[in-house]
Amino acid sequence: MAETTADHSEGMAYLDTLPRRIVTVYIPLIIILVVLLFPFYWMALTAIKPDEQLIDMDTYNPFWVVSPTLKHISKLLFETQYPVWLWNTMFVSVAATILSLFASVLAAYAIVRIRYKGAALVGGAIFLAYLVPPSILFIPLATIIQAYGLFDSPLALILVYPTILIPFSTWLLMGYFKTIPYELEECALIDGAGRWQILTKIILPLAVPGLISAGIFSLTLCWNEFIYALTFLSSTPNKTVPVAVVSEFVDGDIYRWGSLMAGALVGSLPLVILYSFFVEHYVSAMTGAVKE
Amino acid sequence: MAGLEIRNVQKSFGTTPILHGVSIDIQDGEFVILVGPSGCGKSTLLRMIAGLENITAGEIRIGSRVVNAVPPKERDIAMVFQNYALYPHMTVRDNMAFSLKLRKAPKDETATRVNRAAAILGLEKLLDRYPRQLSGGQRQRVAMGRAIVRDPQVFLFDEPLSNLDAKLRVAMRAEIKELHQRLRTTTVYVTHDQIEAMTMADKIVVMHDGNVEQIGAPLELYDRPDNMFVAGFIGSPAMNFLKGQVTGNSFRTDGGLTLPLPTRGARPAEGQRAVYGLRPEHVRLAEGGVPVEVAVVEPTGSETLVLVRPPGEAAGTDLVKDLGRDMACVFRERIAARPGERIAITADPNLVHLFDPESGRRLS
Repeated sequence: MAETTADHSEGMAYLDTLPRRIVTVYIPLIIILVVLLFPFYWMALTAIKPDEQLIDMDTYNPFWVVSPTLKHISKLLFETQYPVWLWNTMFVSVAATILSLFASVLAAYAIVRIRYKGAALVGGAIFLAYLVPPSILFIPLATIIQAYGLFDSPLALILVYPTILIPFSTWLLMGYFKTIPYELEECALIDGAGRWQILTKIILPLAVPGLISAGIFSLTLCWNEFIYALTFLSSTPNKTVPVAVVSEFVDGDIYRWGSLMAGALVGSLPLVILYSFFVEHYVSAMTGAVKE
Repeated sequence: MAGLEIRNVQKSFGTTPILHGVSIDIQDGEFVILVGPSGCGKSTLLRMIAGLENITAGEIRIGSRVVNAVPPKERDIAMVFQNYALYPHMTVRDNMAFSLKLRKAPKDETATRVNRAAAILGLEKLLDRYPRQLSGGQRQRVAMGRAIVRDPQVFLFDEPLSNLDAKLRVAMRAEIKELHQRLRTTTVYVTHDQIEAMTMADKIVVMHDGNVEQIGAPLELYDRPDNMFVAGFIGSPAMNFLKGQVTGNSFRTDGGLTLPLPTRGARPAEGQRAVYGLRPEHVRLAEGGVPVEVAVVEPTGSETLVLVRPPGEAAGTDLVKDLGRDMACVFRERIAARPGERIAITADPNLVHLFDPESGRRLS
């Protein structure tokens, strides 16, 4: 014990002096922060810039705003169908996420815990499915959507998104279920629980962090998804935010930057709020396991 | 409550046989301990009783009912797992009430039973805590409480004390024994620790390589082991095995020691090859006994463990060929001898054993 402590302190000793900490910790952190946050800053800045400052980089400092305005945002909310698009996005994302989570939980549990022949094979096949890029899949999927008469309806996306979401969620949940001790299930089995009760009363409550991270991941993916939304939806009131912003605020070669960025900003806020609530769960699910 | 009958039970994982036809009769209310080295199949057998493993061949009866094809929840058993398997997301109360809730027992009955079990185990103040807030011993007690609440026909324990520190283990040992005396529920308990087996059991089943070596009361196994495996497994420090042959009225070991023949049983033939089994605690200091050289002295306070070898021999030679170590002796009196000195010992002829060197079975 004493030995490991000594090792530990030695390993971190290079952080003892401030100048070293600045070089090894703070400067890299600042660089990463700037790189990550600058697009967000640029988006927010553009969303509140008056029109004349948008492209005039000589008169105005492009990294700052003089006399900010909410004109773009109010125009977005009250003069376009933006609220409808936002609702579409939310509806499609939530519905697809719930559908995917349900399927993934059942799939992951079956693969991990029900010892049937070929379970490992199925697990591998699911992972392979995850590797197929959407840009290859969207043409065949479009044919299917057309055949079922789902074109230009939210249902098209709700049914198509799980093709990307289920493989990933299943893999994430498989890893999570594996960390739950098998004895717990055997104990529940002796206590009188059936498979379904074991799943709902023992496994799922213990896998909540895993469910949350799979849920957030799925929701984010749906929220930002572009190719399928662009392909399968055509009429303006049915569009989702990522597609609508690009198609409705770009007239030919005129980019309405203010509205575009306002749309992007408002569209990303719900996710930001969601992340801020669950970030700890998200991190713990990626790193942690069930502790008794 | 009910007895348990295990009839010629076999188990294979794929083509690997684990149990080769095990038969055990357990009376109603008995405390039976399955003991053996790791890999002997004792845990597998327990899991088969619980219904967590299939039975390849043979029959298990609980009460008068054959349970081979009965799922675990209908066998009316309760099991305590090695790592307790407490549900981490439930309080102690919910952990204990879980099985009753699944059976849809009335709420007030559930509460009464949980409180009664908590009172028996001294868990009243911990009922609203979560497993992670409990110490090892407390978790162990909750796991037992969960079993008690169900009032099953049979308790199964799978090495329940092996995760506890030595001191707590001794305390919990007494607690489990007392609990059994109080509840009188048929209990099957698996352990690899022969001390646990000796101190707690009504009946011990010694297993080795998927076979039952001997079944009997603790002292019976200690006093009359059927074979060398049981003789060496039960008792600590382990029995000394000395190869040699019968010469006249005594036994002459290959290492050159002359020891008295056992008084019990039929007299072995002159010149017969045998293994002489001598427990360390049955060695006596005796004037005019066999001279041996002291190799190591380990005083523990209450007794002294002395390792000896024939005079003039190098370490671990000849004397105890099979074990490759010196012969162990335990004396109640304090021994002042130093390594290299000679002492004279003898064996109590009422307490020594002879085994067949080929089969390992008890002679006489």
